[in-house]
Amino acid sequence: MLSLDRVSAGYGDFQALFGVTLEVNAGEAVAVIGPNGAGKTTLLRVISKLVEPSAGDIRLEGRSLAPVPAHEVVAHGIAHVPENRRLFPRLSVEENLRMGAFTARRQFAERLATVYGLFPRLKERSKQSAGTLSGGEQQMCAIGRALMSGPKLLLLDEPSAGLAPVVVQSIFALVRRICAQGYTVLIVEQNIRQVLKVVSRAYLLEAGRIELSGSAQELLGSREIQKAYLGI
Amino acid sequence: MIGNYPLHLAILVLLWGYIYTSWALMGRLGLVSFGHGAFMGIGAYTVVMLWNHFGLSPWFGALAALAFTAVVALVIGYPCFRFRIVGHYFALVTLALSEVARLVIVALRDQTGGSLGATPNGALREGATISLGALQFSSKEVWLVVVFAFWLGGLWVWRTVDRSMGRLALQAISEEEEAAASVGIHVTRAKLRITLVSALMTCAGGILYAQYQLYVNPDTVSGIAISLQMVFGVIAGGMFVMLGPTVGAAFTLLLAEGLRLAWGNRFPALDSTIYGLMLVLFIIYMPKGILGAALAALRKR
Amino acid sequence: MEVFDIFLLEAILNGLLLGGLLALLSLGLNLVFGVIDVVWICYAELIMCGMYAVYYLHVQYHWPLVLAMLAAIALVALLGLALHQFVIRPVLRAEPINQLLVTGGVLFFLQAAATLAFGIEFKNLGVTLPSVRLGEMSFSAARLVAFGVALAGMIALYFFLGKTYLGTAIRAISQDRAIMPLMGVSPARIFGVTSALGGALAGLAACLLVLQYDVHPAIGLSFGPIVFLICVLGGLGNMLGGFIAAFLFAQFIAVGGFVFHLEWGYVLAFVFFIVVMFWRPQGILGK
Repeated sequence: MLSLDRVSAGYGDFQALFGVTLEVNAGEAVAVIGPNGAGKTTLLRVISKLVEPSAGDIRLEGRSLAPVPAHEVVAHGIAHVPENRRLFPRLSVEENLRMGAFTARRQFAERLATVYGLFPRLKERSKQSAGTLSGGEQQMCAIGRALMSGPKLLLLDEPSAGLAPVVVQSIFALVRRICAQGYTVLIVEQNIRQVLKVVSRAYLLEAGRIELSGSAQELLGSREIQKAYLGI
Repeated sequence: MIGNYPLHLAILVLLWGYIYTSWALMGRLGLVSFGHGAFMGIGAYTVVMLWNHFGLSPWFGALAALAFTAVVALVIGYPCFRFRIVGHYFALVTLALSEVARLVIVALRDQTGGSLGATPNGALREGATISLGALQFSSKEVWLVVVFAFWLGGLWVWRTVDRSMGRLALQAISEEEEAAASVGIHVTRAKLRITLVSALMTCAGGILYAQYQLYVNPDTVSGIAISLQMVFGVIAGGMFVMLGPTVGAAFTLLLAEGLRLAWGNRFPALDSTIYGLMLVLFIIYMPKGILGAALAALRKR
Repeated sequence: MEVFDIFLLEAILNGLLLGGLLALLSLGLNLVFGVIDVVWICYAELIMCGMYAVYYLHVQYHWPLVLAMLAAIALVALLGLALHQFVIRPVLRAEPINQLLVTGGVLFFLQAAATLAFGIEFKNLGVTLPSVRLGEMSFSAARLVAFGVALAGMIALYFFLGKTYLGTAIRAISQDRAIMPLMGVSPARIFGVTSALGGALAGLAACLLVLQYDVHPAIGLSFGPIVFLICVLGGLGNMLGGFIAAFLFAQFIAVGGFVFHLEWGYVLAFVFFIVVMFWRPQGILGK
């Protein structure tokens, strides 16, 4: 569904991605793992066009995303849950979800019910200011907001970042449920052990380059990853 | 001998150049004040009113005006800098100040003549051209010398401020307050000092203006209009270069006069309309001002 | 003693009426600043344009008053949009001070252009509304109408911002501009809508002002600074703060003008402003 072909990107003089090639097939859950500063967040921002690639091609279902401006990417079916959740702090939970449905107003009521079904806790707090939610609840709300647009592809940027270990468990359980529902998911994570349990395939991104790719098992079993990242 | 009109223009260019330079002392630090009209108004009216009502020589009137200005500058400046009021807020607070000054002048209409303005009582007897005690000179040549001296003084202050604080320190204060403070630069005190100097100089400019024109009016020496005019004059010429404000004064004055000579009476306010349009274009396309842009272009070669 | 009280009450009530109008005036400015982060120094001059529009459409071209007013609101909305697209957008990424200054340039330009086009004479709409008597107090109907319409306008704005998608987006963008594209919202488009809305609010204010005051090119200078001060007093960008500050400020003007003489009311209000700035420079509800 999504394919990146030798994509490079950066900020001003600083280049963050060097010729990244990867693909995500429909219904798959794929992870991009790697250390801090590897360019994982930039990768997602390039896909959602918040950052323009300097080279390479990005295709969604065969069609190039090059001419698509950032604010039309959602309409094309890509929903991006940004790093640090980035909810609108002074809007209520329900208003945040409403913003997610900006491009899909007709389905708002129906999708709201679905999201509340997935996250009953959010329904309880629907009128509360998003800024007052706990970390885990904020993550749920952020993911819910992305789901409101009815995306084909869900981009998740480090959903476990800054959350307590117990909450992290529930977040990954959630991601597993979402994948099980048939959503195509590209998830970027530092928490390698947890995320490799949820996805089928993964890429290792280091200093802007793809160094390794394979099935989740392969990467979990790989010597390099075990030594460098799992402390084995 | 040079005719009266060119002399008059030269005096105005130097006088406004001096006043704009005073403003730019603060402006270049990011302390963009929309309130310098207050200081000018205080200078002009204090001196004229003390002279008209109490016969107090403008020399002493000037001292009173300067003292008053200093108090106002500190009273406004201190909380602003202490609470890190900058940018939009600072501009609007100072705007309030200039309006308060204008309103007080108008409200005291029994003493000040209100919106109709006031004239300092004439002190020149038959044939005399200089009255030092009353600070009135009918000879434009004398005024040229006086204003030129102040103008030079203004440039000297500019250079002294630059040297004593070091260019880097000034920039540091304007851009990175936290960093500057951590290096030991007492930010609030430095800002207050600059504000004080700028205000006092502008006050003096107001005094000179009143004594030269022999007419004061709340809208021409105080209020938002004159405050904006100062800002624009500096923007036109360039805020970060020593002679920038003067170039700005020359440019705006000559432009206004030129337009008025060409079309003035047939289309009133055409000069201002074009001026306003040019200002907008200036800020969009030449934010460094005429001199600043010229210097930057020279440096590129 | 009794007579004194009733006229004091009248002053307080007039202050209330004035407060409503000032609150409407401050709304547009706060809206634009809160969303786009730019202060329209020329805001009062936009209102002046609206006032001239009502005058010319009604007095010169004999349009029915309400139609002239609606047209004026649309016109100023367009002016607001044009201001943003042509003057503010080019300097949106420049220093904030440039944004202030460029709108200041527009202030200058609009005033001068108005003088050029319409002359300096005061123009009166020629609509006189009667006085409304309440016991021994009398109030100008124009003021009452202005208050009513202002209130209605503010309620409409409240619902727009609170209940519609576009309104929610406007509130959202002031909280996190960078992720708006992820919602499918183009920040540029929201800024345009906000500018038009700010202009429309100014246009509405113009309609209410032209009922009470004659229009002339420099009229912006008489209420412009007041509107800025109210916004800063309430916390720049905070609409509720501006609302509260408007009523406070108006009370100072009305009661101060009643106890002392008219202009001193204004002086008192301005001094009140400076005192508040001394104590709480970010404004009453500012952060």
